[in-house]
Amino acid sequence: MTGKRTVVPFGPQHPVLPEPIHLDLVIEDEHVVEAIPSIGYVHRGLESLVDRREYSDFVYLAERICGICSFTHSSTFCQGVEGLMGIEVPARATYLRTMWGEYSRLHSHLLWLGLFADALGFESLFYNAWKIRESILNELEATTGGRVIQGVCKVGGVRRDVTNEFLSGMDKRLDDIEAEMQEMSKVFLSDYTLKKRLVGKGVLKTDAAYNLGAVGPVARASGLVEDVRTSGYLAYGDISFKPVTADGCDGYARCEVRCKELFQSVDIIHQIIAGMPEGDVSVPVKGNPDGEFFSRSEQPRGEVIHYLRGNGTKNLTQFRVRTPTLTNVPSLVAMLAGAELADVPQIVLTIDPCIGCMER
Amino acid sequence: MKMLKTILKQFVHKPVTTTFPAEPAKRFDITRGHVVFDPSKCTSCMICMKRCPSQAVTVDRAAKLWTIDLFRCVICGQCAELCKFGALSVDPAYSSSARPDERGVETYEITYVKPEKPKKDPETEDEVLKRE
Ligand code: SF4
Ligand code: SF4
Repeated sequence: MTGKRTVVPFGPQHPVLPEPIHLDLVIEDEHVVEAIPSIGYVHRGLESLVDRREYSDFVYLAERICGICSFTHSSTFCQGVEGLMGIEVPARATYLRTMWGEYSRLHSHLLWLGLFADALGFESLFYNAWKIRESILNELEATTGGRVIQGVCKVGGVRRDVTNEFLSGMDKRLDDIEAEMQEMSKVFLSDYTLKKRLVGKGVLKTDAAYNLGAVGPVARASGLVEDVRTSGYLAYGDISFKPVTADGCDGYARCEVRCKELFQSVDIIHQIIAGMPEGDVSVPVKGNPDGEFFSRSEQPRGEVIHYLRGNGTKNLTQFRVRTPTLTNVPSLVAMLAGAELADVPQIVLTIDPCIGCMER
Repeated sequence: MKMLKTILKQFVHKPVTTTFPAEPAKRFDITRGHVVFDPSKCTSCMICMKRCPSQAVTVDRAAKLWTIDLFRCVICGQCAELCKFGALSVDPAYSSSARPDERGVETYEITYVKPEKPKKDPETEDEVLKRE
């Protein structure tokens, strides 16, 4: 390439990406040579609030780190505090947490698939994905009381129980939802135009994904078997599933992984409902957290880490979150190098960016 | 061609959307809509003010006022769960809209009850510990 180098600013406000991330794209002859990200537009300083809020109230704030992975944030935080204090959570509560975690994965992936179709100009597919997401949100609202912010996790268990009759009804409704998703994902995976715009775009080779520390669907689409759920936290130890992987290493592979994970989640929820133990859903909590703990979970976007340190008072002394989007930024930069300028928006979208989550 | 079946199906089934103001929105019994306060039951123990994660509630014992800023409230339902006197509950209907100058602040007058020395109140226990 011998053209003149130009710098094109992308964001912080961009029509396809309703989240504030800024990228300086160094381009040469319509090809991106380098992408320089800059972040910090929506920093809220949530992490420093731990020394002003009690650990049991902070669950609600941890939940608001991200609007889409909210449930997993709260359950990861609770898991951390429970680890610090040595609390044994009742089995029914861990099963319910797993179920809601999988429901949030379904709703997050459907949201992303819809937004992605919208970004590519495929409006009817966008409506279809969001129509299915609506039934998932109804299930969440009927069981937890909240549509996107569930507010149902607490230290020591969960705040609400779900009746067994409701669970068996849920089993049947999931089958209908699965049939609709089947139809929708067929379009995603076989449509000519979508394939044209995704195959071979935003390539992240397996080695590069490993070296740059990619997590979640981005890593799995590059052929890496990276899934925290296999470590068996919550109730995942009792459930049989295999991480979904694809070896395309491109945007299409990422789309494929997310489509297939929809069915995996439905399968996990069926298993959860079948194996739901009886008993209490929470235990009383006494004392204050002391010591330090790393709590890991698999969010819809990848691995999240909550680091907590307590000193025996009601307030934690330190709280640090590493969210999957932050981990995936180096991979994004690698994907963009060499891409065409016109493909930049959908390549950025394929990592499922969540900037509010990334900056806390 | 593969999508033809899906497209044709759209012509025969009913619309999935609702005509919202005419047809009321779907709600569940446990939907967290807004916080309802019952001034006759409140003893101004201030638990709700201390434990509200978004600091939406203010209890003024001297002025005998209980205030909630509905725009600050994140409807987590924690206050309703913690209030030992049943003065707070969560209603499934979403709170109505308000003009910016109203800012959704609701103020109630409460009958101030002089709190007796509570025996087992974790809040005060903590303060005693701090003072020592
Ligand atoms: S509403 Fe309940 S918790 Fe709040 S001050 Fe009154 S009695 Fe106490
Ligand atoms: S519902 Fe939550 S945010 Fe609202 S006033 Fe009660 S404790 Fe505060």
